[in-house]
Amino acid sequence: MGGYEAVIGLEIHAELKTRSKMFCSCDASFGGEPNTKTCPVCLGLPGVLPVLNRRAVELAVRLALALNCRIAERCIFHRKNYFYPDMPKNYQISQYDLPLGLGGHLDLETEEGPFRVGITRVHLEEDTGKTVHMSESGRIHGSEYSLEDFNRAGVPLLEIVTEPDIRTPEQARLFMQELKSIMEHLEVSDCKMEEGSLRCDANVSLRPRGSSGMGVKTEIKNMNSFRALYRALDYEISRQREILENGGEVVQETRHWDADANVTTPLRTKEYAYDYRYFPEPDLVPLELDRGFIDEVRSSLPELPAERRRRFREEYGLPAHDAALLSSSKAMGDYLESAVAAGAPPKAASNWMLGEISAYLNARGLEIGDLKVTPDRLAELIDLVEKGTVSVTMAKSVLEEMLESGRRPREVVEERGMAQISDRAELERLVEEVLEENPKVVEDYRKGKEKALGFLVGQVMRRTGGKANPRMVSDLLAQRLGGGS
Amino acid sequence: MEELHQAKAWELMEMMRRREVSAAEILHSVKGRVESVEERVRSYITLTLDQAERAAREADKALAEGKDPGPAAGIPMAVKDVLCTKGVPTTCGSRILENYTPVYDATVVSRLRREGLTMVGKANMDEFAMGSSTENSAFGPTRNPWDLERVPGGSSGGSAAAVAAGEAVWALGSDTGGSIRQPASFCGLVGLKPTYGLVSRYGLVAFASSLDQVGPITRDVRDCALLLSLIAGHDPRDSTSLEVELPSYAEGLEGGIEGMKVGVPRELMQEGLTPGVRECVERCLSLFRELGAEVEETTLPHLDYALSAYYIIAPAEASSNLARYDGVRYGLRVEGEDMLEMYGKTRAAGFGAEVKRRIMLGTYALSAGYYEAYYGQAQKVRTLILGDFRRAFERYDVLVSPTSPTPAFRLGEKVEDPLAMYLSDVCTIPVNLAGIPAISIPCGLEDGLPVGLQIMGKVLDEATLLRVARAMEEAIGFRERPQVGRGVG
Repeated sequence: MGGYEAVIGLEIHAELKTRSKMFCSCDASFGGEPNTKTCPVCLGLPGVLPVLNRRAVELAVRLALALNCRIAERCIFHRKNYFYPDMPKNYQISQYDLPLGLGGHLDLETEEGPFRVGITRVHLEEDTGKTVHMSESGRIHGSEYSLEDFNRAGVPLLEIVTEPDIRTPEQARLFMQELKSIMEHLEVSDCKMEEGSLRCDANVSLRPRGSSGMGVKTEIKNMNSFRALYRALDYEISRQREILENGGEVVQETRHWDADANVTTPLRTKEYAYDYRYFPEPDLVPLELDRGFIDEVRSSLPELPAERRRRFREEYGLPAHDAALLSSSKAMGDYLESAVAAGAPPKAASNWMLGEISAYLNARGLEIGDLKVTPDRLAELIDLVEKGTVSVTMAKSVLEEMLESGRRPREVVEERGMAQISDRAELERLVEEVLEENPKVVEDYRKGKEKALGFLVGQVMRRTGGKANPRMVSDLLAQRLGGGS
Repeated sequence: MEELHQAKAWELMEMMRRREVSAAEILHSVKGRVESVEERVRSYITLTLDQAERAAREADKALAEGKDPGPAAGIPMAVKDVLCTKGVPTTCGSRILENYTPVYDATVVSRLRREGLTMVGKANMDEFAMGSSTENSAFGPTRNPWDLERVPGGSSGGSAAAVAAGEAVWALGSDTGGSIRQPASFCGLVGLKPTYGLVSRYGLVAFASSLDQVGPITRDVRDCALLLSLIAGHDPRDSTSLEVELPSYAEGLEGGIEGMKVGVPRELMQEGLTPGVRECVERCLSLFRELGAEVEETTLPHLDYALSAYYIIAPAEASSNLARYDGVRYGLRVEGEDMLEMYGKTRAAGFGAEVKRRIMLGTYALSAGYYEAYYGQAQKVRTLILGDFRRAFERYDVLVSPTSPTPAFRLGEKVEDPLAMYLSDVCTIPVNLAGIPAISIPCGLEDGLPVGLQIMGKVLDEATLLRVARAMEEAIGFRERPQVGRGVG
C-alpha cells in the first residue's frame, strides 16, 4: 500500500447472554413483538431505579480475564448523558474512568507469525432500544416518523476497546474471529452479528510507513459481518490513501459502511462532538469484586480457542491451518470432538468437515449448528469407509443424502444396496470367471503388459455394478496371476 | 372536644380500635374540611376521595369482623405528588407530567396500601421538588393555613398545609435539601428526613438521587415514629436502600434525654435568623438543660460551604434525572418539525422557570472542562461536611439548630430572587449532604407564625432522634393551631 500504513483500533459491543436485562428482570432474549419485553425500569418511567444483574458482572469478569485484563476490585458506574429517542432515560448507565477490566491483550496467530493486540479496557453498560425509521432506505434521512422498540433497551452489553495495534483489514478480521470464538467458548455472548448481539466499530487512520505518529482518524460504523469489516476497512484505507497521496487532508468524522454500494459515507447524525457529561451513577453503589470471586471465575474458565488449537495440533495431529479453522468457532470444535469421541479418526473427521461439510454449509449459508448430520453419524460414515464397506466416492454420495435427510449412513447404504462386496470368496469366484473369459488379456499381462490388470479389475467391477471393493479385487488378481505363472 | 380532623393519627387508631369512632366518620370529618378550606389553601393537585372512602369502608369492615386493618387504615393521608401511585395521576407539580398516570406504586405507597392506606389525595409541591415555597407548582401555589398570604414552605408544601389545615391527618413528603422539614416548620408540624437509604426511593420521582429521601409530616412525634415504621426498611428495588434491622421507633419515645449531649453548630446560628427564631431556639436550649442534657456550642467549619456544594450537586443530578421528560414516551409532547425541535418545544413548554434554571446550572456544572472545578469540588466539600458531622457525633448525641432562619414568608416575596429563596434551606441542606437523619418540631411562634427546631442525629439513629424530639415536644408544649382564613377578606 505504498508509503502509508494503516493504524486501526476496534471498539466492540457484545450483548451478554444473561436471562434477564442488566438492571431489571425483563427477558433479555433477542426479538419478540416490539415493546413486549419491557417494564417500568427499562422504559425509564419516572421514579424507577436500577438493580445490577450479578450474572452480567460474572460474564464480564470471565471475558476480561480471558483477555488478560486486570480486574478492578472496585469499579463504579457512570451516567453517559445524551438525548436519543432509543434511550428511555436519555442517559446510558455505563462505565467511565473505573471500568471493570483494564490493560489486557489477545495473541493471534497469523501466516506471518504471532501477533498481539492490546486491550485498552473492558466495561459493562446497558444497551439501547432500536429505532425504526419509516423511510424507504431505513435511515433517518427522509423518514416521516420513527418508531421505538425497547425490547433491547437495558440488555447488558460489554464494550471492548483495543489499542490501535491493528495494521490490516485481515488482522482486524482475524482479531474479531478470535474474539468471537473466545466469547463463544466462554459462553458469554451469542455473538450473532446479524442480530446485532456482536457489533464492531473501527477507528482508522493512515501514517507514513515507519512513522510512529498518528494521522487523522475516521470512525467506521455499521459493519454487520466479518466480511463487511474487511471490505469496509479495505475501502476506507484506499479512500484515505488516495486523499493523502493527492495532498489532501482526511476529515475527522464518523462514516457509515454501505454494504450495497461498497463505500463508506459520512454519517450526518454525529456531525458535532458530544459532551456526555459523565458523572457517577448515584442510583447504584460501587461494585466490589473481591479476590475470592475473581479467582473463582478464573478457575472456572473453560478451555479457550488458542489452547484448543494447540490440542488439535498436538493430540489430533492436525495441520496448523486445519486446527485453526476447526477451533475458529466453538461449535466446529465441539463437533469435531464429538465425532472423535464417537470413534472417528481425527484426521478423517477433519477432512470431511473442512471438505464436503463446509462446502455444503457455505453454499447454503448455514452454520454447523444447522447441520442435520450428527457427529456420531459422521463417525459412522467414516467407519464404513475405513472398514471398506463403501468406497470414498460412494461415501460422498451417501453424505449428500445424509446432509439433506440426516439419516444414518448405514441405512442409506443398505437402502441403496451400495455396500461394497468385500467378501473374499465371492470376489475370488468373480476373479476366476473373468480370468476364464479373457485368456488373451491374461496372456498380455503375463507378457508384461501392466495395463492389462486394470482392464481385468474393470471387468470384475462391471459384473458387480461397481460394488466390488476395488483394492481387494486388484490384490486378488495380482495374487492369482502371479501365483499361476 | 377537638374535631376528628384535628386529632393525631395514634389517637384515632386507638379510638377506632375501641370502636368509639369509625373510619368513615374520620374521613367524613376530613372531607368536610377539604370542602370548606381546600379552595383557599389548595393543598392538593388530585383528590382521591373515592379511593379513601373505599379504604375507610374496608377498615370499618375489618374492625367489625374483629380483624386488624393495619395502622394506616382509616387515617386520612396526603401523599406528595412526587410519589408514584398506580392509576392515580402523578404530576410532580409539573406541566410536563400533567396527564401522566403511573402503572406502578412507589414502594412506600405499596407498603402503606398493605397497611390500609386511606389516601385523600396527591399533595401540591414545587415542580419536581425544586423550591422552598410551593410557588413553583405548575398548578398554582398552596397557601399557609396559618396565614393565607404566606407560603407553606416547600417543596412538600401541599403535604404540610393539608395536615395543618385538617385536610389530612398525616402526610408523606420528600426531602432533598429541607423539603419536609422546612414546610413542617412553617406549618407548625413535625417533619422527619430519615437517614439516606432507610426509606426506599423506588417510585419517588427523582430530583437529586443522592440526596432524596421520603419521610413523614405529622402532628406530633409519636405519629412521626409510627409512620416512619410503616415506610422504613430495605427494598431490593433500590440499590441504595440499607439492609438493617429496624427498631420499634414508637417504643422508646418516652425514655427522656437526661445525660445526653447536645451540640449547637455555630455555623447554623449566624446572621439571617429573625429575632423570633433565635429566641425560640435559645429557649429550647434552656429546656434541653432543664431536662438534664448538656448543651454546648460547637463548630462544623465546612457547613459554610454546604449551600454552594448543594447547588452544584443537586442540579447536576437533576439535569440528568429530568432528561427523560422529552415527549417521546409519556407526558407532554409539543410537536416540532423534527426530533430536536420536538424536544426543545416540549421541554420549553413543560418545565417551569426554576426547573429550567437548575437543569441549566447542572448541565453547566457537569460539562467537559468544568466538571472538576464544580462537581468534583462540590463532592470534596460533601466529604468534608460528612467528616465534620462524624467528628461532632463522636461528642454529641444530637445537634440542634433552627429548621429555617425565618418563619413563613409572604407569597411572591422571594420568587424573583432565587438566592434569597435558596437561603431558606441553609440549615437543612447540610443534613442531606451528610445523609444523616433530622427532624423538625414546632418550638414556638413569631408574630403568630410557627418556628421549627431542627434536631440532627447519627446515621440510622432515628430512635434517639425521635426520643429527643418527643422529650422536647413535651417540654415545649406547643398547642397552637392555625385559624385557616386569617388574611383573606
